[in-house]
Amino acid sequence: MIKAKLFVTLGAVALMASSAAAQEKLKVGIVVTLSGPSAVLGQQARDGFNLAVKQLGGKLGGLDTEVIIVDDELKPDVAVNKVKGLVERDQVNFVVGPIFSNVLQAIHKPVVESNAFLISPNAGTSNFAGPQCNPNFFVTSYQNDQVHEVLGKTAQDKGYKRLFLIAPNYQAGKDSLAGVKRHYKGEVVGEIYTPLNQLDFSAELAQIAAAKPDAVFAFMPGGMGVNLVRQYRQAGLANIPFLSAFTVDESTLPAQKEAAVGFFGGANWAPDMKNPQNEAFVKAYEAAYNSVPGTYAMQAYDAALLIDSAIKSAGGKLSDKNALRAGLKKADFKSLRGNFKIGVNGYPVQDFYLVQVVQRPDGKFATSLREKVFSDYVDVYAKDCKLTN
Amino acid sequence: MIMRREILPLSIFLAFAVLPLLGNFGSDAFILSIVTRVMIFAIAAVSLDLILGYGALVSFGHAAFLGIGAYAVGILSAHGIREAAIQIPAALIVSALFALLTGAISLRTKGIYFIMITLAFGQMAYFFAVSLAAYGGDDGMTLPGRSLFFGYDIAQSERAFYFLVFACLIAVYAACRMIVTSRFGRVIRGARENPQRMEAIGFSLFAYQLTIYVIAGTLCGLAGFLLANQTQFVSPAYMTWQRSGELIVMVLLGGLGSLNGAILGAAAFLLLEEGLSHFTEYWKLYFGPFLVLVVLFARGGLMGGFKRLTGTGDGR
Amino acid sequence: MSLTLLYVQTLNGLQLGVLLFLIAAGLTLVFGVMDFVNLAHGVQYMIGAYLAAMFTALTGNFFFGLALALPSALLFGLLLEFFIFRHLYARDHLDQVLATFGIILTLNQAVKVIWGAAPLSVPIPEIFSGSVVLMPGLLYPVWRLVIIASGLAIALLLGILVTKTRIGMLVRAGATNAPMVSALGVDIGRLFMIVFGFGAMLAGFAGAMVAPILSVEPGMGDNLLILTFVVIVIGGIGSIRGAFIAALMVGLVDTLGRSFGPSILRAFLDPAAAAQTGRALAPMLIYILMAAVLFFRPAGLFPAKK
Repeated sequence: MIKAKLFVTLGAVALMASSAAAQEKLKVGIVVTLSGPSAVLGQQARDGFNLAVKQLGGKLGGLDTEVIIVDDELKPDVAVNKVKGLVERDQVNFVVGPIFSNVLQAIHKPVVESNAFLISPNAGTSNFAGPQCNPNFFVTSYQNDQVHEVLGKTAQDKGYKRLFLIAPNYQAGKDSLAGVKRHYKGEVVGEIYTPLNQLDFSAELAQIAAAKPDAVFAFMPGGMGVNLVRQYRQAGLANIPFLSAFTVDESTLPAQKEAAVGFFGGANWAPDMKNPQNEAFVKAYEAAYNSVPGTYAMQAYDAALLIDSAIKSAGGKLSDKNALRAGLKKADFKSLRGNFKIGVNGYPVQDFYLVQVVQRPDGKFATSLREKVFSDYVDVYAKDCKLTN
Repeated sequence: MIMRREILPLSIFLAFAVLPLLGNFGSDAFILSIVTRVMIFAIAAVSLDLILGYGALVSFGHAAFLGIGAYAVGILSAHGIREAAIQIPAALIVSALFALLTGAISLRTKGIYFIMITLAFGQMAYFFAVSLAAYGGDDGMTLPGRSLFFGYDIAQSERAFYFLVFACLIAVYAACRMIVTSRFGRVIRGARENPQRMEAIGFSLFAYQLTIYVIAGTLCGLAGFLLANQTQFVSPAYMTWQRSGELIVMVLLGGLGSLNGAILGAAAFLLLEEGLSHFTEYWKLYFGPFLVLVVLFARGGLMGGFKRLTGTGDGR
Repeated sequence: MSLTLLYVQTLNGLQLGVLLFLIAAGLTLVFGVMDFVNLAHGVQYMIGAYLAAMFTALTGNFFFGLALALPSALLFGLLLEFFIFRHLYARDHLDQVLATFGIILTLNQAVKVIWGAAPLSVPIPEIFSGSVVLMPGLLYPVWRLVIIASGLAIALLLGILVTKTRIGMLVRAGATNAPMVSALGVDIGRLFMIVFGFGAMLAGFAGAMVAPILSVEPGMGDNLLILTFVVIVIGGIGSIRGAFIAALMVGLVDTLGRSFGPSILRAFLDPAAAAQTGRALAPMLIYILMAAVLFFRPAGLFPAKK
């Protein structure tokens, strides 16, 4: 009986595999975090990508498109397994993901060594931008450091003498603080790495209060950011300027609400950016998902457009990997953020802005562009990448 | 009777053996890799069943050994040593030493206190791995490739690696069967049923339990070696308490104290996870109630159900 | 390292401690009296937080929300007891572990389906918002003081309940020797239900109280559950007094260790190594504490069973 059961289960797996052999149909696998406290980031990316596919009539590059969504659960080995399923069983042409850098480290190799291209809609670690850059890896977001550099530059330009830094203890957190320090030359009075997914920051806030800095820089994505921002205001620290990356954005603002108003962020885009394609995108996204899109959604939407443009430029031939790659490099589409190119290392070349949290007239909270901090900014690791154009 | 009892393990191993031969797996290598994963976790679950099912020692830190085995591969590879003939002994020895040290302390306690103290050691190992900044810290590290066997890169092929894992599973299973049916195994089982009596008739249970704990940890270290090779990635995530919990769930789901159950449980757990999550993002909404129903209506897990259906007696 | 910081961190540690106590009190009694391993206890905490968030949003007032959330959490606990847990009391611990693990998976996913994956938030009640100056240079959020005060009050109440009342006496007797209590003619089923419902409500109360400072999100109870088990094991299963002392110990060791560990290490090591080791050691501290306690007292500090 059990034997029969086992065979049935194995048979079901085999069946799923053999049904995946259609031709000239585009398959895109999306691997993002959809469970746990950070699920909302993955949902934004998934929704942004789906919206683009929907608006293009279910076709990317003119080909019928099947989107397969999997949850990496923020566990690297689970992600590797799911990604192997996407490239080996489902034979996807593109893998879009992930959200988190540690998952990127795990899935990069299985994807770039397969037949598929890996397109990251969020995570952009330094190692893959520099010496380990790969011709099958593209990024529609940024190199992690860049967003943080925006705040470091801002702190420097505004003349803050003493800065306090806080970030979670994982690679993106370390990249973050390195990015801030690249342009900030003042004194760093404190530097704290908290365990990933820590939710109570009372111990850290007490240290900030004791250090009395001129400004605080924080990198706390997802639920961590919700807690940090609210506790920061509750602790009566809101008079110290709060510079942050991925801590106050459209994924966290619905929970942070008034507590975040006036706080600063760094970004390559904000929902109120003025260009026709963006205005249409924000309107459509809000109508479809009843929430304000953040950079996660924007970058995934751009990832879909990037794939669309690459397939068109390759004449719809999915088998011609070189033509697809050339198309991806060309990035011939209207990005929601206007100015957008793909650099030598597959990472974007784009503008960066200081943004600030506002309450919109309709009562919803969003980030709003304040000033441009960098133009046509190339990440600092690109020079170590040996790929040629 | 004995023959009937062997039907189940034989059919399990037969299924594993013929699977790669079924059909053309050129493009469907994924099934191989998923079943490879099932077998790796089956090794870990069998090793846990050795102490959990036969010794009634509920270790809530068993994933630590998975991590130790994996880090043996990762750290040695990072220093250019990719030879399995060095990595495997290193994985096993470090696992055994960790088991000896933590077991000697943990076995002073009983019941829930044992569960929690093994959790504590598991967590310490986890946080230690997180702090290894030179080896990727939280992020873990990507391996340059699979381990070499006497200089040859034979495990690189999914099929070769599949059979390697399969061989390990058979070896571990056979070793465990020998252990549990030996005199030593009978003492361990006696300690489970009535520790006072065993002490009274002159057995030093501590020494016996420590030995079986070290054996279980060492075998799980082997699973860790294989897991690192399969994913070609090593990370502290292999040793979280959730992972230890999942191993316990695999053993319980399959049925305690039969070794076969551990393999079935690992297979059911991973294949259900894979199958359900393919159909719905909310797969845990179905998997959770399934576990509850197994407990309420199928005493003894899948093996319990199997025994009732076939009328085979107590397989313990 | 300033003295003010030490005071603030002590308060923070105290706050984590009473929070752990609120959850641990129910867990240790359920375990001690019914010999039932309830991994789903952390989920009760999460449910409490979600109910508080929902009712606060509906009524527009945290206290109305709390007043509605508590009976709902109690009701939910009793429903779980009636439909599932009741059938597991006679089973061995491992069956209970498997079933309650299944319940965790189910409910974590269910709250995501019902309330969405995005974290929810609850505003701090108006009269308790802001911070107070406790002493020169020491500013502390009022709501956290409220959490500490209400936690301590409940601890006191529980202490009186357990030591001075008839039901408390039965509970203590049950924790020491449940079959004997049953043999003496006490309706043990009813006692179990009361203890279980009460424990669920306390965990729900803890969830509701932290909703204004922590984001309310799926799986928020999982890590806390492990800490809670650490607490009841250090304290000794079935002992309210043990749970209270252990909860404060764990809260203080965790908070103070995280903030002062690196600076203490700096006395022995060079700064970079101290920061590195401190970061590695701080999260291990409570587990080291637990291992050490169990090494010297294998049944915890105040074991209830004789």
